[in-house]
Parts: sequence; C-alpha cells; structure tokens
Amino acid sequence: MPREILYGWGRTSPSAANLENPSSQAQVEALLHSSDATLARGLGRSYGDAAQLAGGLVLSNRLLGGISPIDGAGVVTVGAGISIDELLTVAMPQGWFVPVTPGTRHVTIGGAIAADVHGKNHHLDGSFSRHVTALRLVTPTGTHDLTPATHHDLFWATMGGMGLTGVVTEATLQLIPIRSDHVLVTTMRFDTLDEIMAEMLAHDDDFRYSVAWVDCMTRGRSMGRGILTRGDHAPSGTTPVAPRGARLTVPFTAPSGLLNSLTVRAFNELWFRSSPRHREAEPQGIGAFFHPLDGVNSWNRLYGRRGFVQYQFAVPDEAGDSVRTAIEKLSSSHVPSFLAVLKRFGPGNPGPLSFPIPGWTLALDLPVGPAKLPGLLNELDELVLTSGGRVYLAKDSRLDAATAHAMYPRLEDFRRIKESVDPEGLITSDLARRLNLLGK
Amino acid sequence: MENAFGQPQNVVVLGGTSDIARAIALELVRTRTREVVLAGRKPDELAAAARELVLAGATSTAVVTFDAEDPSKATQCVSSAFDQIAGPVDLVIIAVGAMGDQDSDENDAVASARMITVNFTWPVAALAEIRRRLVAQGSGRILVISSVAAIRVRRASYLYSGAKAGLDRLCEGLADSLEGTGVSLQILRPGFVRTKMTTGLKEAPFSTDPDAVARDVIKGLATSHRVITSPHILVYLFAILRHLPAPLWKKINESR
Repeated sequence: MPREILYGWGRTSPSAANLENPSSQAQVEALLHSSDATLARGLGRSYGDAAQLAGGLVLSNRLLGGISPIDGAGVVTVGAGISIDELLTVAMPQGWFVPVTPGTRHVTIGGAIAADVHGKNHHLDGSFSRHVTALRLVTPTGTHDLTPATHHDLFWATMGGMGLTGVVTEATLQLIPIRSDHVLVTTMRFDTLDEIMAEMLAHDDDFRYSVAWVDCMTRGRSMGRGILTRGDHAPSGTTPVAPRGARLTVPFTAPSGLLNSLTVRAFNELWFRSSPRHREAEPQGIGAFFHPLDGVNSWNRLYGRRGFVQYQFAVPDEAGDSVRTAIEKLSSSHVPSFLAVLKRFGPGNPGPLSFPIPGWTLALDLPVGPAKLPGLLNELDELVLTSGGRVYLAKDSRLDAATAHAMYPRLEDFRRIKESVDPEGLITSDLARRLNLLGK
Repeated sequence: MENAFGQPQNVVVLGGTSDIARAIALELVRTRTREVVLAGRKPDELAAAARELVLAGATSTAVVTFDAEDPSKATQCVSSAFDQIAGPVDLVIIAVGAMGDQDSDENDAVASARMITVNFTWPVAALAEIRRRLVAQGSGRILVISSVAAIRVRRASYLYSGAKAGLDRLCEGLADSLEGTGVSLQILRPGFVRTKMTTGLKEAPFSTDPDAVARDVIKGLATSHRVITSPHILVYLFAILRHLPAPLWKKINESR
C-alpha cells in the first residue's frame, strides 16, 4: 500500500501512513477490519497531529459525499467528507447557512464533529455539536446511528472525541435561515485589553457573532490593544451566493524566519492602524467576515519549513485575569505572535473531551523557532491549568500527557465509552499516542 | 510521539555511557522525554547513567549491553533496545565510538581495523535495522554523532576522523533515502568536547563541554536542520579549513 506523509495544518510533526479513500460505509467497515490501527482524516486542518497515524491506516473521508435535499425546516443530511464550503455552495442559494463555522470553510463535517468546532457565535449558539441531530458512526464492533437521545454517551464522546470513537460516515445538521449574503459588522478599536474585555462582557450577547483580535507584541500601556468585530446576518438584501474561492496561493514554503518579531510587529501595527475606531453596521461579505484567511490558499506555508504552533486555551470567567497574564508573558518574551483571537464562550456541552467552558478563549499563532517558545508554552499550560482551564486538542501539537489529563478530568469517562465500541483500541492517532488518551 | 518542537517522549541511546550522549539524554529528560533505553558495553556505567536520568525525571529506563566490535550482533542489540519501548520509538541516538590510540594503532592492522569497526561498521550495521524499524513505524528521528573532524581528516587522529568521515558522508545519503518515510536523520558534529574520551588530548580552538552540546541538540531537534554543529561558529571555521591547500592544512596541524 502506498505510504503518504501526512501533516497537520501547522506542518510541525509529519508522519507516514497508508492512506485509503473509501467511498461507502461498506468500504469503511471492510477497511476497519483490515488494520490494527486506523483513523479517519478530513481536510487536515487540525493544527497538530490529530489527523495523523504513523504506520497505520488513515481513511480520508473525502469520498464520503452526498448532500440530501434541505427540508423546509433547514435539516440536511450530508456525507462526512463534505466540507462546509461545499455545503454552503448548495445551501446558501436556498437561503440556509451553517449554524457554526470555524475560521475556515475548508473543514469536513466529519472533522467538525471530531474537533467539535466553534465559531464566533459560541457565546449564544454553542459549538458545532449542538446543531448535529444525528450521525452514523462505524466502529470496530459495529455501525451505529447515533442521536443524543438514543445513544447519549457515545454521541457526546464522538463530539470533540478527536475521531477516536470511530469513523463518522454521515451526519444530520440543523441549518439556520439567512436572507442575505452579508453580515452587518460593527467594529470597535480599543487601546487596552481591559477595555476590550469589559466591552465584550457587557455587550457580546447583543450580537450573534463576536470576536476580538488582540496585539500580543506591544508592551507597556497599549499592551493587548485590539479590535472587536461583531455582527449578525443582514435582515435582507441580495440573494445569498456561496463565497468565492481563494484568489491567491502561497506557491512554496517560505524561508523559516520570514515571520519574525520584526515583521510580525510591523504587520500588527499596520493592521491596528488600518482599522476604524468605531464603525456601525458595515455590510461585509460572508467570506470576508467568517473566513478571512481562506482568501489565501496554503497560507500556512508562510511560516516556513519549521511550521507553527497554535495555542488555544479556554478559562472560566472568574479566571479572566489569566488572559491578561498570558498576553503579558507573551509580549514580554519577544516571541513573535500574530494577532491573537479572543472570544467569549457560552455554556459547554456533555462531551467528555469537549473543549469549551463558559468564559474566555484565546488563540495564538506562534512560529516554531525561538528557543524559549517551548518553555513559555509550558508556563502557559501551568497558568491555564491552575485557572481551571484547558487547551484545545484540535490545535495542540506540544502538550504533555499529564497536563492534558489534568485539563480534561473526564478522560476516564471518554475511555470507558470508547472501550465499549473499540475494546482493543484499534482507532487511534498520533495525538492519542502523544497524550496517552487511550490509556493503553 | 515527538511534539512540534522535535522533543521526543522516548529515546534509545546506542553508546549510552558516552559523556555527550549522557548529557543529551539528561537535557532531553529535563525538557520532555520520559522513557530512555541505554545500550552500551559496561553494565555498571549504564546503570549509573540510568539512575542519573531517573533523578532528572525519567519515568522508565532500561539498559541493554552489546559489543561494538561485533557488527553481526548489531541487529540483535537494536531489537532488544526497541523492545523496551511499548509504542513508536521517537528518537535513536548513535553515540558509539572510540578515540583509540593513534600512535600505536596506526602501525597495527588489527587495531586499525577495530577503529573502523567501532566507529563506522557497527553504527552502519545498527542503522540498517534502525532504518527498517522506523520506516515501518512511519515516524521517528535518528541522531548520529559525528564530529567536525569528519569534515577534514587530521594526521593526528586519522583513524578516528577517517571513520567518522565515512559515517558522516554515508549518513548524508541515508538521510536522503528517508525522504517521504516520515523518518528523519540528523548529523551532530561537535567540535572538541572535553570528555573522558578526549582526556589527555590537546584542546582545539572553540572547545566546548557536553552540556553545551546537549543544549545545541535540543535547538537542532526543533529546527530539523540536517547537520547540527556545536558550537555553531565551527560551521564558518570549517568552511574555510576544508578548502585550505594541503600544505597549509598540514602546517596548521603541526604547529598545534
């Protein structure tokens, strides 16, 4: 069988696996019985090693396609390999939109379930799983049609379960209606982190979508300055059409070090200054608002051969101070860091490996290279853990097992549920091995 | 599995009592590594090195003995070392080697051949089995300890340096052969390192110590550069030295 090198989006720890492209549930079932280590993979947008399995069998879900007709209530059943982009192409002209989208449209529905992705509306609408009404899961011991009501434990263990409960072949989603392909966006620029956080606490709930971009490289008085953008779908307008594809591509891997503290600082400065201080209800295209980075294909190559790490953590409201502490640590360390993304999280869900907890989440993009980066992130782990928070597994590429277990105290529940359908631990991943998620 | 910074969870060290290897293993344990297998000739020295690693935070250590003069058993040594680790092996360090005694070895056929066996043939035999196993597992890294002496062989240590030169050049090709396998190989070229192996030898410029080499290795694992030179400045020095005309090269070496 041909071996293929599989990377995460951060391009840090590639590994080789046997790659197959099953196009039916029957093929998935047959392949699952042919190997002693298997994992499903979507579009490879998890940042670390979650969609890799060194030496094992990786099943690309991309040929598990199909989009059912969307019924009058916005319910649709799609193959797990359908991407949000492909779904929007069909759904938007009919006036429907995905209930939750991450920062890229190029994730599959299977991947969105495995990582239980969240978007700018988590504070009101929760994560992707809240809008999945049913799914089909192929496991080593059989195939199950899961709903939260009929298979509570297995359903929720699969949501955010990093693909470790089995292979999702299709899912049924509840879409939301839209009347326009524009979002009315309110932009506010703040000179300090405290002002941003105060504004978010006070008024985020007035907007369906909200996200702040924070500058983590400026020290002193303007530490944590940033821009808050919030909005909602325009109530009326032109008939929605799907967002356009990318017009730019990064053609080759840039030299490592292109993104250094100088260039990143310059970018952050430019970006901060180019934003209006306050602007209300500006119409923006869906693509520009939700998926700004999708405008450039393979933008991850800009980080060079060494790749980059994304560090995303969530902390409860009472530990809001740790957001400030994290940004302070980062800005005083001179480690280059692109604009950090700060968001409010609403209630979590019953998933034992689910990431969101009510409070704050901060995501940082950090090029691999600075010698002090590994130690700095270990310090942040400590801070997050003592704040009662956790790091997002779909982004992780460097956490250690003991810390991960402490951050996800319901791991034992997850293992028990997984063992009920996969007693031999045949479904695994490089991530699961690195963090000893299966306890084998 | 290794993390985004190339830091391994487990390590197999062949030549586990070498001062440089001990320092690297210690630094790895201080950063992230939990399981270490040490293979070498002397059981009590291996046990002492293992104890040191446990004190530094290793959760599991094991010891394997082998004779570097017998390449026919290299496969067996690699198998027993790999068997001590449950999952995939993240990093294999090849630190096998001997300085010998150039003055007496150079007129002694058996001793000369032994220098090549220990510094070149055994490591190459071991690499064949390591390569096979890591390629099958689809991940992992190999760190081969070479020397800047491999860049240009000196009269005063041509048996040692010559063997290292062979290993170093061979590993460049071996590293290329690993393209697309998920496995990578890095060559460590330290300068003059003050260790028990070099005790009594005259120090060269930019001499260093094992701890400094170990820190450079941690950095090198993160950058994944093919060659890690420690200290880094020797890259530039040897870029010049390797192209010096032979008479000048000889003169420099005689004057030292």
